[in-house]
Amino acid sequence: MATFTPTVPAHRPVTSRGDRNNLPPIPGGGGDNRSDSGQPDYRTRLRRARLGLAIALTPILMLFVSFTSAYIVRQGLPTLDPNTNKVVHDWTPTPLPTVLFLINTGVLLFSSVTIELARRQLIRQVALQPVQSIPGVSLGTEIEFPWLGVTIVLGLGFLTGQWLAWRELAARGFFVATGPSSSFVYLMTGGHAVHLMGGMLALLVAGTTVILRRPLESRRIVVDVTAWYWHFMAALWIYIFALLEFAH
Amino acid sequence: MVAQESHGHAAPQGFIRKYVFSLDHKVIGLQYYFLALTAVFVGMFLSLLMRIHLVWPGASLPIIGEIKPETYLALLTMHGTIMVFFVLTTAPQGGFGNYMLPIQIGAPDMAFPVLNMLSFWTTFLAYLVMLSAFFVTGGAPLHGWTGYAPLSALQSAGPGEGLGADLWIISIALFCVASLMGALNFITTTLDMRAKGMSMMRMPLTCWSWFITAILGLLAFGVLLSAGILLLMDRNFGTSFFLPLGTINGQLTGHRGGSPLLWQHLFWFFGHPEVYIAILPGMGVASQLLSTFSRKPIFGYKAMVYAMLSIGLLGFMVWGHHMFMSGMSPYTAFAFSIMTMAIGVPSAIKTFNWLGTLWGGRVRFSSPMLFAVGFVSLFVSGGLSGPFLAQPVLDIQLHDTYFVPAHFHLIMGVAAIFGIFGATYYWFPKMFGRMMNESLARWHFWFSFIGTYAIFMPMHYLGMAGHPRRYSQLTEVTYLHPLMPLQKFITYAAFVTLAGQLIFLFNLFWSMFNGEKASDNPWEATTLEWTTATPPPHDNFGGHTPVVYHGPYEYAVPGAPHDYVMQTDPATVAAH
Repeated sequence: MATFTPTVPAHRPVTSRGDRNNLPPIPGGGGDNRSDSGQPDYRTRLRRARLGLAIALTPILMLFVSFTSAYIVRQGLPTLDPNTNKVVHDWTPTPLPTVLFLINTGVLLFSSVTIELARRQLIRQVALQPVQSIPGVSLGTEIEFPWLGVTIVLGLGFLTGQWLAWRELAARGFFVATGPSSSFVYLMTGGHAVHLMGGMLALLVAGTTVILRRPLESRRIVVDVTAWYWHFMAALWIYIFALLEFAH
Repeated sequence: MVAQESHGHAAPQGFIRKYVFSLDHKVIGLQYYFLALTAVFVGMFLSLLMRIHLVWPGASLPIIGEIKPETYLALLTMHGTIMVFFVLTTAPQGGFGNYMLPIQIGAPDMAFPVLNMLSFWTTFLAYLVMLSAFFVTGGAPLHGWTGYAPLSALQSAGPGEGLGADLWIISIALFCVASLMGALNFITTTLDMRAKGMSMMRMPLTCWSWFITAILGLLAFGVLLSAGILLLMDRNFGTSFFLPLGTINGQLTGHRGGSPLLWQHLFWFFGHPEVYIAILPGMGVASQLLSTFSRKPIFGYKAMVYAMLSIGLLGFMVWGHHMFMSGMSPYTAFAFSIMTMAIGVPSAIKTFNWLGTLWGGRVRFSSPMLFAVGFVSLFVSGGLSGPFLAQPVLDIQLHDTYFVPAHFHLIMGVAAIFGIFGATYYWFPKMFGRMMNESLARWHFWFSFIGTYAIFMPMHYLGMAGHPRRYSQLTEVTYLHPLMPLQKFITYAAFVTLAGQLIFLFNLFWSMFNGEKASDNPWEATTLEWTTATPPPHDNFGGHTPVVYHGPYEYAVPGAPHDYVMQTDPATVAAH
């Protein structure tokens, strides 16, 4: 690693002010575990990607926390009715297509299961890779079920379901500008759909790593991080659904 | 996630990959820096036009012509927006943070280089969209950098509130996304890529300041993004989040039930942390420079870290002090007031520690040090007016007067700019391999320092005398006539100070090519960037990873061969 040649001074410097436990170098740095090629090793990359994801979820959470606070504030605001000159509340609850939303919830939760299976499948494959590379060692042909593909299909199914729900709302006469409640329904479900599309994009990237013959590890990192993101999206959807259903 | 491309990338060869779409944090840092440099001159030019208009409202300027009231408001909006977002947020964090954070913690690059590149180019796009607002029908928006509804929420509210305001909001939204990508990178890098021995409590205070700034950005920009989305919907999709029942030219707007105060709450929940996003990196740089050039360890390293953390935390609890005049309950105002004044405690700790660092030091007044001392001076001068404005009773008198611009320009505007200047003079030798001209730097310092006080100190008096801000033309108002000489003085001072900045611009570019060659450690500093070559190689440390044995500010070390011990110096280990 480091190529330092210690030079011993005649007098011993005293440097401990503000940093008493300075001898020897204390652990606590990332260490970075770089291999000779300068690439950080696979475990480091996985850990770093997961850390990055956890941090990336924070602003998404803040976005929806902010929407929620606006939702609560807007519910309580009075307004003047120009026809009657009386102070009224203009918040009329939007009748949600609840059955459709429940089906969509089921689809999304099921996709959360399939992506978890995809994630675990890749963990197993990465773990077995060194064994399989030994000549003459065979572990039998493992059936590789395309969990990733199933997840993409289910994700598309959820988005289609959401689109049908918006059609349903429009058919009932509730558009974005109909009232504050309907504005928030479109805002929250739309915001969630956009974020889910980001997850779909990541899954497609994971798919292309197969075609581009990138190392299995790279694919695993993408799938692993996307799986956690996907679970977060499922939880976020349940939160939004509950908020719109019960807090109107 | 852009996880698969990590920093093991080889040094690129082509011009495009090397200097334009570069993954190297150092190149990206410089890109941010030069973006901010163009932005700061645009912003200064706008402020000059405002100063001219305030004193000679009828003047017809070459090319620009006469400044109409709506033009004045557009200048005001764009000056604030460009300065706050594209200078004060971009240069200290995106510029120096990007360049120096990985080197100072001993990492070869940022954690996610592709994301880092995307973050810069999104910022660049945001900047172009922002500037394009000048050139569309109706011109730039009128609603100020705070974008207060309902002015900002109605297309028909004024000349600039059509396409110009939409572009403004889109630019801010893009900037939010870019800043979030940047913050994600800064936090991951700081937590996960420190060299061996670089514990959190051995990081230079600059790294701490960038780290805390990134956390603030991570929590704040998402909220601004949400507010921007709601505003765009109000403007374009007929919703009523921020728009109450109202009329324009006798016609009902079609909106009702929304609340402009909702915008203010969301905006200032972002807006107050934003001012710390601007100033915290300056605090980090000031600490670094004061310690280095006083040849003394920073006074109270841990206290400095905890003070910055508590400033960051309190920064999220005080947004209501921008809204004392909004009809807020006096009890709420009281709570916000107490929290705001509490920020004075960590700020005073920092100031005390800076002075403690200077006390008894063998001070070397090189140009970076002048700007660091200038930073402390401006921070104190601007900070002292904070507790005035934090009290609702006084704020009723001072709100929307010149006292407020005087306060925030000194503390978050020019103080942060002095942090940027100090950092430029300090790190220029490392970034470009040459020294900046010292006598020009001194001229630049005295022009800026005296000029800043000449501009902003009189504004306090204007404010106390009741001179309102934001108005395009008040020259005909009788009770303000006695204040006109003061206004004129400010304008003259602004001319001279801005001319002084040309010295800096010349020095910067002239020294890049003609400056004296710099050694690897010209300031005899201790942190990791001074252990590597000048300028640093592509992987920062030329193939090896540094190992850290000491804290960042080991100056005046008894028994050491020099008066300082580098962070990587293992001498004491061998002797133990």
